[in-house]
Amino acid sequence: MISIIIDATIRAGTSILYATLGEIIIERSGIINLGIEGLMLIGALAGFYTTYTTQSLILGVFAAVFAAGLAGLIHGILCTYFKGNQIVSGLALTMFGVGITAVLGKSMVGQTIVGFKRIEIPVLSKIPIIGNSLFNQDILVYLSILLVFLISFFLYRTVWGLNLRTVGENPYAADVSGIDTYKYRLVATFIGSGLAGLGGAYLSLAYTPLWIENMTAGRGWIAVALVIFSSWSCKRALFGAYFFGGISAIQLRFQAMGTTISAHILQMLPYIFTIIVLIIATIKIEKGSSSQPESLGLVYDREDRK
Amino acid sequence: MKFKLVKKSPVSGIKSILTTLLSIFIALLISGIFLTFADINPISAYKDMLIESVGSVYGITETLVKTTPLIFCGLGVAVAFRMHLWNIGAEGQLYMGAFGASLVALHLNTDSHFVMITLMFISAIFFGGLWALIPGALKAIYNVNETIVTLLMNYIAILWVDFLIYGAWKDPKGFNFPISAEFTSAARLSEYFDSRLHSGFFLALLCALLVFIIIEKTVWGYEIKVIGSNPKAAMYAGINIKKNIILVMFISGALSAIAGFSELAGVQHRLQHAISPGYGYTAIIIAWLAKRSAFGVVIVSFLMGMLFVGSDSMQIYYQLPVAMVSVFQGLILFSLIVAEFFKEHKIVMVKE
Repeated sequence: MISIIIDATIRAGTSILYATLGEIIIERSGIINLGIEGLMLIGALAGFYTTYTTQSLILGVFAAVFAAGLAGLIHGILCTYFKGNQIVSGLALTMFGVGITAVLGKSMVGQTIVGFKRIEIPVLSKIPIIGNSLFNQDILVYLSILLVFLISFFLYRTVWGLNLRTVGENPYAADVSGIDTYKYRLVATFIGSGLAGLGGAYLSLAYTPLWIENMTAGRGWIAVALVIFSSWSCKRALFGAYFFGGISAIQLRFQAMGTTISAHILQMLPYIFTIIVLIIATIKIEKGSSSQPESLGLVYDREDRK
Repeated sequence: MKFKLVKKSPVSGIKSILTTLLSIFIALLISGIFLTFADINPISAYKDMLIESVGSVYGITETLVKTTPLIFCGLGVAVAFRMHLWNIGAEGQLYMGAFGASLVALHLNTDSHFVMITLMFISAIFFGGLWALIPGALKAIYNVNETIVTLLMNYIAILWVDFLIYGAWKDPKGFNFPISAEFTSAARLSEYFDSRLHSGFFLALLCALLVFIIIEKTVWGYEIKVIGSNPKAAMYAGINIKKNIILVMFISGALSAIAGFSELAGVQHRLQHAISPGYGYTAIIIAWLAKRSAFGVVIVSFLMGMLFVGSDSMQIYYQLPVAMVSVFQGLILFSLIVAEFFKEHKIVMVKE
C-alpha cells in the first residue's frame, strides 16, 4: 500500500517537477512566464504526435522540448526586444497553447502509443517497501531527478549560472559588466519553456500515453505557484512537486477505493493546497527571507542604461 | 546602410485605435495560416464568420447574446486592472454567480418575477463577489500573488458546479445528464424581437455606464486610479490601500458574477456543465484592448461576441473546434504587444 502510494506520488509529481524547474530557470533571468500551462500542452501534443508518427519515444521527447522551447521564445522576444508586459504576454501564450493544441490535436484524440517502460535498477529496487517505488521508474523520472542537481549546480557553481542570476537580480549591473542580458534571457526562456514542454510530454508519453484536450488540467499554474513555494531553489522544487504528486495520488486512491466523498470535491484538493502553500510561502517571503530575483517581472530597456 | 530603433513621442487618439485594429488584422492573417494548415480557405472562412455574426438580424441578436456576458466580465476585469490588480479569475467568478443565481431559482418557491429575479441577482453578486474577495483579502493582508490565486480558484469553482449538477442538484427528470432542473418562468429574463436577446444585454449597458461614472467621475474612482499608478503617493495622501484592494476585488467579482446570473436567467435556464465557453478568459483581452475604459469594453465585447458566433458556425461548416477562438485571442495579444512597441519606437535608417 505505502509502496503503491509512493510510486503514484512520484509519477504524478514528475510532470509538475519538470515545469517547475523550467519556470525557475526563466524567473532566475528576471522574466515571469505565465505561459507554462500552454507550453506543457504544446509539449504534450508535439511529443505524442511525433511518437505516434515515428514510433520513437526519443524523437517525441526532442519534439516536445523543441516545440515548447520555440513557442516560449515568442514570449522571450516580446519581453526583451519589444518590452512587452510579461503577464499579458504569458497569458497570451497560455491561450495560444490551449487553443492550438485543441485544434491541431483533434485527429490525435483516441489514438494510442506504447509509452515509456519502467527500468528496474538492480539491487536498489529490491529494498523492501520503498525500493520498487523509487528504483523501478521510467527514464524520464530518473532524468527529472538528475536535472534537479544539474540545474542547481549550473545556477550556483558555474559562471553562466552566476551571470544568469545577475541578469535576473540587476540587469543594469549585468549589462555594464559586459553580460548580454537579452541573450541570457532568451536562452533561459528557450530552455525553461522546453522543460515545461517535457513536463507536458511526460503526461502524454509516460503517465497516461494518450492525447486528451487540455490534459494538463492546471498543472502549469500549480508549477508557477510552486516556484514561489520553493523560493527559486531546485531542491525545494523537488519536494514541492512530490507533495502535489502525493495529494493527487491519495486523491486518486480514495476514488479507486470507492469512497463516498465526491470525485469533484477530491479533485479540488491540489488547487486548494496550492493556494494554502502559496499563502505560507508568501508570508515567509514578506518577512524578508526571500531569494526572489530582484528584477523579476520588470521590463529592462537597454537604451535606458546609464 | 543600417536600421536602428529610435524612441518617439507616443501616438495618441485615432492613431492609437488604428494600431489596435491593425493588431487584430495581423492576428487574423496569422490565424489564416493555421486555417490553411487545417485545409480551410481563410478568406471564405472569415467571410462566413462575418455573415453569420452581423449579416442578418438574427446574426446580430446572437452576437449581442454573446456580447452580454463578455461586457460584464470585461468590466469586472477592467475595474481590477484600473488598480493594477490582475484578476484573471472572471471565469470562476462567473460560475459562482451562476451558482448563486441557481441556489435561489431552484429553492425559492414564488411566482413573483420581480422577487425571484431580484433575489437571484443579489445572490449571484454575493457569491461571485465573495469568490473574488478571497484573493483580494489575501493580496491586501499577506500580499499573496492575486494572478495565481484567482486563476487556481477558477478550477475550484468549475468543480463546485460539477459537484452540484452531478450530485445534489441533478435533475431527476434529466435522463441522468449532469444538468439541474429547469428554472420556472418566474426566473427567466424577458426576451425581445423573437430572438434569444434578453434584458441582460440592457443591464450590461447600464453597468457599463455606471462603471464609467464611478471610475471617471467620482473621487473614489480617482483614488483607485492613484493606488494603481502610484501606491506610494496614495499612501501619503492617506488613502486606505488595503480596504480598497478588497473592495475593488469584490466589485470586480460581482460584475463577472452578473454574467453568470444573466446567462442562466436569460439564455440557459438551468445550471449545467460548461456554462461558459471561456467568457472569463476572453474578458482579460477585452479589458486590455479597451485600455480599461468602460465604453471600450462594450465595443471590444461586441467584436469578441462576433468571434464567438463566427466560430460557432466554423464548427458547424468546417468542423473546426471552438478552441480556435483561443488561438486567435492569443495572437491578438501577441501582435498588440508588438503594436504598442511601435507606438513609441520607430525604425530609422542610418548611414554607416
